[in-house]
Amino acid sequence: MRRLLIPLAFLAALPLAPAIAQNAQAPDALVKEVTQDVIEIIKQDKDIQSGNTRKTVALVEEKVLPHFNFTRMTALAMGINWRKATPDQQKLLVDQFRTLLVRTYSTALTAYRNQTIEFKPLRAPVDADVVVRSEVRQSGTEPVSIDYSMEKTSDGWKVYDVAVGGVSLVTTYRDTFANEVRSGGVEGLIKSLEGKNRQAEKKGD
Amino acid sequence: MRFLRIAAALAAAAILAGCATQRAPSPRDPLEPMNRAVFEFNDAADRAVFKPVAQGYRAVLPDVVRAGVRNFFSNLRDPWIAVNQLLQGKIELALSDSWRFIVNTTFGIGGVFDVAADMRLPKHNEDFGQTLAVWGLGDGPYLVIPIWGPSTARDGVGLVADAYAYLPWWIPDWLDLEHRVAWQNSLSALDFVNIRANLLDATNILEEAALDRYAFVRDAYFQRRRNLIYDGNPPPEPDADKASAAPRRLETESARESAPFAPAAGTETAPPAASGPQSDAAQVVDPKVPANYSAVLSAGSARVAAAR
Repeated sequence: MRRLLIPLAFLAALPLAPAIAQNAQAPDALVKEVTQDVIEIIKQDKDIQSGNTRKTVALVEEKVLPHFNFTRMTALAMGINWRKATPDQQKLLVDQFRTLLVRTYSTALTAYRNQTIEFKPLRAPVDADVVVRSEVRQSGTEPVSIDYSMEKTSDGWKVYDVAVGGVSLVTTYRDTFANEVRSGGVEGLIKSLEGKNRQAEKKGD
Repeated sequence: MRFLRIAAALAAAAILAGCATQRAPSPRDPLEPMNRAVFEFNDAADRAVFKPVAQGYRAVLPDVVRAGVRNFFSNLRDPWIAVNQLLQGKIELALSDSWRFIVNTTFGIGGVFDVAADMRLPKHNEDFGQTLAVWGLGDGPYLVIPIWGPSTARDGVGLVADAYAYLPWWIPDWLDLEHRVAWQNSLSALDFVNIRANLLDATNILEEAALDRYAFVRDAYFQRRRNLIYDGNPPPEPDADKASAAPRRLETESARESAPFAPAAGTETAPPAASGPQSDAAQVVDPKVPANYSAVLSAGSARVAAAR
């Protein structure tokens, strides 16, 4: 497992986005600022370090969530099945997927332990769509990349995919989602997501 | 690795046990029923033994000590990493990793401190499976190896070479240890606990993230390996799915244009209605990927030639 999972450990460095200046800010500056902001908070918060999920979720919802486009993330993870879902189903899917991702992030954040995060200069000229690259360093393991795919919206830059060590969050869900839809339809996928979230909530309390 | 032998026996048992479940087949995972059975077995073993041991290890030892252990074993892997760099035609990186080993073994006191990282000699990730990929070998079917976890036919072969090159088996004669075998076993056991402990956070995240952990790990594994084989800069996937599924297709398309090696498939998929069968086709086409690997290889040997 080690080859694959070491990068997962660095999801801990995902603290994306403190909601400060929004529209004018360049995407790389935005990610950097949010990351530093969130890390500062975690470093000082003993509750979060000891794994208080509720508090971490609150932090993620306040600082990170505003900078994600969950509708696009869900659509990408659904692939061609996205169009099979009715608008109501799409809304449910986005809600459930958001809950799942926020909790995953929160778990990752409580695992943060003083790793160094370095940001790389933007490669492509700033277009409407850009990848912000960063790297997490820790001794005894190779640096692990965290790349944020971002798009420009009227409401500032939004993240629509995160890749850790080359593993894209959205792509990784795609097969699972496709399988669920194949066996139980869009309704089946919604039920699975709801079930997963309910089960995790129970465990968390 | 003695457990590999036990593992082989268990795998045989798992093949028999695994014929129960039937799911939508993934072209990369023709052995899914068997793999799922091994996955369940690994999971049970992990819950019963490895995870609790790793948690204990983490609870008992302070961060500094565990970092030292992590660095120590990481250092023991660097010579083999250097060899693999060389086998892949990456002379400079082979030198860099050799220096890493020398510097950390001496100034880093047997590798306990990673002083080389601060001297612009960063850690790299190479193994024989990656070398085989660079030589042009495709992934082969996905394979869950007992105890070890996700792999492929190719990476499984690589793993045998990696295990052979595992330094704790090669304690030199001049050390003249009284209990050589005991040392070997203790060292590899400690390393195993070290590896599992380093993964505790990751497996916790996995629990939260995945609807189907088996599929999640498998799909992440293929992406991760592809990224490692290309040393972090893989060419765009021959997979138009991402672009065609996006509600804002035009923007993605324009981003694609700026990528010099964007696959032609991306533009062919223009009408969203056509993307269904296309995206399935893209997966089947996957075996072509090794063609790219050999491009990497020739790029490597070009570098070798340039170095001369």
